[in-house]
Amino acid sequence: MISFNTLNLFLVDLLSFLPDKLVFTISGLIMSVAICTFLIGLGSVYTWFERRVIARFQNRSGPNRWGPFGILQPIADAVKLLIKEDIIPATADKMVFIAAPIIFLCTTLLVYAFLPLGIDSQLGNINVALLFVLGITSVNALSVFMAGWASRNKYATLGAIRAVAMLISYEVPMAISLMGIVMVSQSLSLVGIVNAQSNIPFIILQPLGAITFMIAAIAEMSRAPFDMIESESELIGGYITEYAGMKFAVFQLSEFLAPIFTASLFTVLFLGGSNPLKFLEFLPIPGILWFASKSFVITAILLWFRSTWPRLRIDQIMGFAWKVLMPAAILNTLLVGLELVFIRDNYILQIIINMLIFVVFIYLIANILGQKRLKLKEPVPSELANMDA
Amino acid sequence: MEEYSIYFERYGYFSLFFVVALLVPAGMLFASFLFKIIGIRKDNPTPVKTDIYEAGIRTFSSQWSGFNFRYYTFAMMFLIFDVEVIFLFPWAASFIKLNDAYGLIVLIEMFIFIGVLILGWFLAWKQKAMEWI
Repeated sequence: MISFNTLNLFLVDLLSFLPDKLVFTISGLIMSVAICTFLIGLGSVYTWFERRVIARFQNRSGPNRWGPFGILQPIADAVKLLIKEDIIPATADKMVFIAAPIIFLCTTLLVYAFLPLGIDSQLGNINVALLFVLGITSVNALSVFMAGWASRNKYATLGAIRAVAMLISYEVPMAISLMGIVMVSQSLSLVGIVNAQSNIPFIILQPLGAITFMIAAIAEMSRAPFDMIESESELIGGYITEYAGMKFAVFQLSEFLAPIFTASLFTVLFLGGSNPLKFLEFLPIPGILWFASKSFVITAILLWFRSTWPRLRIDQIMGFAWKVLMPAAILNTLLVGLELVFIRDNYILQIIINMLIFVVFIYLIANILGQKRLKLKEPVPSELANMDA
Repeated sequence: MEEYSIYFERYGYFSLFFVVALLVPAGMLFASFLFKIIGIRKDNPTPVKTDIYEAGIRTFSSQWSGFNFRYYTFAMMFLIFDVEVIFLFPWAASFIKLNDAYGLIVLIEMFIFIGVLILGWFLAWKQKAMEWI
């Protein structure tokens, strides 16, 4: 079985002639470099994948010149951005301007530190990993604001202010929607949460929490339909307006890593991580492949959302976070609490109740928030528009 | 050996990973800087180039001019509900243990706590704190 721990033990055995501290430092460094290199490569390939898939949705070809199916396109992009002139505005705050992309990519990579990619396949296993992930994702708001503020550009500042308002709003329902799975698994460590899903994945047990987390996570990584932060038609590029060359590449790379990270987190929290599907347990597939295939399905679904839904207005986005997602997340928490007190061992009844309330909630929201606004007035033709006269 | 193993598994590997994750983007920017020194990358800033982008016109006022900051109500609400999240996590993480020890009162207390916050949430909605003003 391939796992990080076997790799770690192998490295520790190999270097056992050295002092203890040095052995662990070297093996930790090797594993960290391996993870970072893998993630950067994955992000680069994902840029190609996303562009191809979006092109297919829009009935285009997408990048197809370099290599088979255009798969060498990320390398061409990297070379182009590396030799492009890198302009820093004369009025910009240079230290903060340069620090912002570094902090952005660093925090995006750090999320993977405690994510269990398979059985015994995580860099570290701490008992508050869930809190760590929630904390480290909210640092993104800080680096976006640093970038926008340091640019001394009006568009960038507006984009940064919007970004902070949106990111902190969706932070709250995202955290409260996770309360249900913490209550059922009685653990804040991601390994404990994965182990608690060996029978039933939490997406079946708590569909309301899962959908709330999914929507809030899409908003947290600020992609369509929530891409208010860099809405091209209004704010040029938002906080990224003044960035060029390699700094722009670092920002883009971390933005393209965000969907991969969101899919991984959703897999760990709601789809059972590296646990095999119940009816396919007999297949000899290692856990890390289960994890990868589940994450890939979620990534494809995120791409589907991105390419088919129109962008929302900023007031709709902010209202949606506080008026719809907040009550949904709190309802989920209280429901799970009641179920754990009265019908803790009856999983079938829990699933039926939760599914029913999920469907009723979605129906009510769609009818209260959706239908009323759609009733437009009959257009009254102006007298001046009479072309026959 | 065993002692180091537990310690390193928890925090040592993470601090190493933090250093590596910080060095990766810094190294990318440093590579770009090296390319400039070698002369592969052009670097010829002129006053027009280093001016900030303003949709084609020359910049005529400072960026520090006033902005209508309409989001402060969201910031205040975020503060309140994020503190709620901090209180909820330890309660949720030990809910079953507490419930077996003290019974239904554990859930009822949290109902009261969330109920007070829900009242505040209704007040905020009523006062149009969640709208674009």
